[in-house]
Amino acid sequence: MRSIRAAAVGAVTMSLALAATACGGGSSTGGGSNDSPKTLTYWASNQGASIAIDKKVLQPELDKFKKQTGITVKLEVVPWSDLLNRILTATTSGQGPDVLNIGNTWSASLQATGAFLPWNAANFAKIGGKDRFVDSALGSTGAVGKDPAAVPLYSMAYALYYNKQIFADAGIAQPPATWAELVADGKKIEAKGKQVLGAEGANVSENIHHTFVFAKQHGADFFTADGKADFTNDGVVAAVKQYVDLMAKDKVIPVGNAEYAQNQSVSDFAKGKTAMLMWQSASANLKSQGMSDSAYGIAPIPVQSGTPGTGTQVNSMVAGINLAVFKNTDNLDGSTKFVKFMTSDAEQKILNTAYSSIPPVKAAQEDTAFNTPANSVLKNTLATSAAALPQVADESQFETAVGTAVKNLFADAAAGRAVTTASVKAELEKAQQQMPAK
Amino acid sequence: MRKNPSDPAAPGPRRRRGERIRRIGLPYLLLLPALVLELLVHLVPMVIGIVMSFKELTQFYIRDWGTAPWSGFDNYKVSVDFDAPVGKALLHSFFVTVGFTLLSVGFCWLIGTVAAIYMQDTFRGRGFLRALFLIPYALPVYAAVITWVFMFQHDNGLVNHVLHDQLHLTDKPSFWLIGDNSFYALLIVSVWKGWPFAFLIVMAGLQNIPKELYEAASIDGAGRLQQIRRITLPSLRPVNQVLVLVLFLWTFNDFNTPYVLFGRSAPEAADLISVHIYQASFVTWNFGTGSAMSVLLLLFLLVVTGVYLVFTSRGRKTADV
Repeated sequence: MRSIRAAAVGAVTMSLALAATACGGGSSTGGGSNDSPKTLTYWASNQGASIAIDKKVLQPELDKFKKQTGITVKLEVVPWSDLLNRILTATTSGQGPDVLNIGNTWSASLQATGAFLPWNAANFAKIGGKDRFVDSALGSTGAVGKDPAAVPLYSMAYALYYNKQIFADAGIAQPPATWAELVADGKKIEAKGKQVLGAEGANVSENIHHTFVFAKQHGADFFTADGKADFTNDGVVAAVKQYVDLMAKDKVIPVGNAEYAQNQSVSDFAKGKTAMLMWQSASANLKSQGMSDSAYGIAPIPVQSGTPGTGTQVNSMVAGINLAVFKNTDNLDGSTKFVKFMTSDAEQKILNTAYSSIPPVKAAQEDTAFNTPANSVLKNTLATSAAALPQVADESQFETAVGTAVKNLFADAAAGRAVTTASVKAELEKAQQQMPAK
Repeated sequence: MRKNPSDPAAPGPRRRRGERIRRIGLPYLLLLPALVLELLVHLVPMVIGIVMSFKELTQFYIRDWGTAPWSGFDNYKVSVDFDAPVGKALLHSFFVTVGFTLLSVGFCWLIGTVAAIYMQDTFRGRGFLRALFLIPYALPVYAAVITWVFMFQHDNGLVNHVLHDQLHLTDKPSFWLIGDNSFYALLIVSVWKGWPFAFLIVMAGLQNIPKELYEAASIDGAGRLQQIRRITLPSLRPVNQVLVLVLFLWTFNDFNTPYVLFGRSAPEAADLISVHIYQASFVTWNFGTGSAMSVLLLLFLLVVTGVYLVFTSRGRKTADV
């Protein structure tokens, strides 16, 4: 009996976790109410350098909210590694927070679960209207043609962070504007004994963000117009190969970065080990690691040729955080009020300044605080040359499948194995086969 | 002939019978809370897991998974279709897990037994060593494994520092957390974490072997190795049978070690089945397929455990005769 039990316990650990949460799922189909109008639970994503820093940033604002409305907000900052699982569990069980942050790329996937309050015209009117928000940010809030599943909260874009001292030592006057220039500059930097470009080779999401942009620059997409996975078209294969070749062929990404997944590349850059880093809104993070603002410059991510723009000149994804309300909340009015508060001009300025992100709210974006050289690069990128990741229900699966394929290719490159068009295509083929059959 | 208990002419047996029921019933009554909890904690989730495996439980239905359509055996068909990618990946993961488990259990048992036998002799510092050996077992898994992650790092890890920088055994620093070496990294951590348990159990088993046996053997001229082969190992047999089974089940199902080492997408060489199933459900959001794979794994482990128990108990009966 004991051995049978031991076998059973292990084998269904996963089912057990799921089932245990499913047991409490009585209210999961509920449509929301105002049964407990005095409290709210809020899951914040980890935006600052640590969870403690996030609490320090958010708590005074939540206190302000309490003063205005009398509603107490219970805050939990959820680390990125747990956030999606926590949301899924909350969705399954119906036992979740009232309001929560989501990565904007998950919007369409989570929208498909039907767990979130749809932001139709009536709901948007309660928070001041849809046209308060920047269009590019609204493009990452759910599938096209459906009411958004969430409201934009912070906007971010990728930029090229470069170490001014290393550039000066290597005799490079301008940050590279094209990939060819970046590779050429890499030779000069290497000659000075420094690493060229940092990357998170084993971080699935980072891999997706970069290969998505490379695909755009090759005029390709990971999904067909009707939402089917199309990972093996020539443009996507060329795009993935170009990104991995930064390590395999061009040798600008150090091989050690193939196993990075815990933001080690940011630490390397902050310590002055690497000359360049492609990151989204890194200023606050770099500062917390002891790198002063004056030590680095910020430039747009390179393109194939010419200058950043739309179409094949895209050089960033629309990165950001959205704020969603669980449909079955016990405090629907309070939740809406909280979203209104968090997206108000005043709060947008405070929060986005603290996290070195850009407000997705038009009026707040015009504040002088967001006109620093660093912010103007990010703002300009978002306004002119950023594209939203595919807003399809399978987005989350796509991130994992293709992100893992790129991770494997980096592992090949690091081990000195050849990365060829055929090997890239084979990995992507495998990724495509993991996608749900339509 | 049976007496009719409702026969008023036979009050004696009825009273006695009532007493008997009360006497026998009490232990069962006392067991009831445990039984109910046992059902609630183990059996109900298992049954729900099995039910889920017959449903098409994707992201479109998880919010109210009662509405998920029944899919019959589709999830199972997908899982065992070894020509298609999902089944092929599952089979690959299964073989990796079998290989990993055999090696890990083998090493854990060997190291644990050798250490326990050596720790039988009284010498200075024995207590200290025993305590030292148990540390990996006592450490929280996450803290222990994350330390190994740091040690296995390519650029700054201790392992490469020793192997490459100090001993010059490799041409260039190796990768341990990605690529083919990840299997060995996983094996090393698993053995490091698992052998103290074998050590503990075998050490307890050794206490039960009468000293006289060894004395008699040494009078008869048996050397140390012969004593181990003829006395220690046969006496440890019942202990070993349980130990190996438990180690096998724990190792086969180990989730924490690979998950902390490699994160949510393990390298192919170290793609253990528990993480694979996790990925098949939580990452692709297809909980039906994940549950079907779990049920298959449960069946496999039940078969292995059953065969093992039959085989070993038959062996024991023969030994008893």
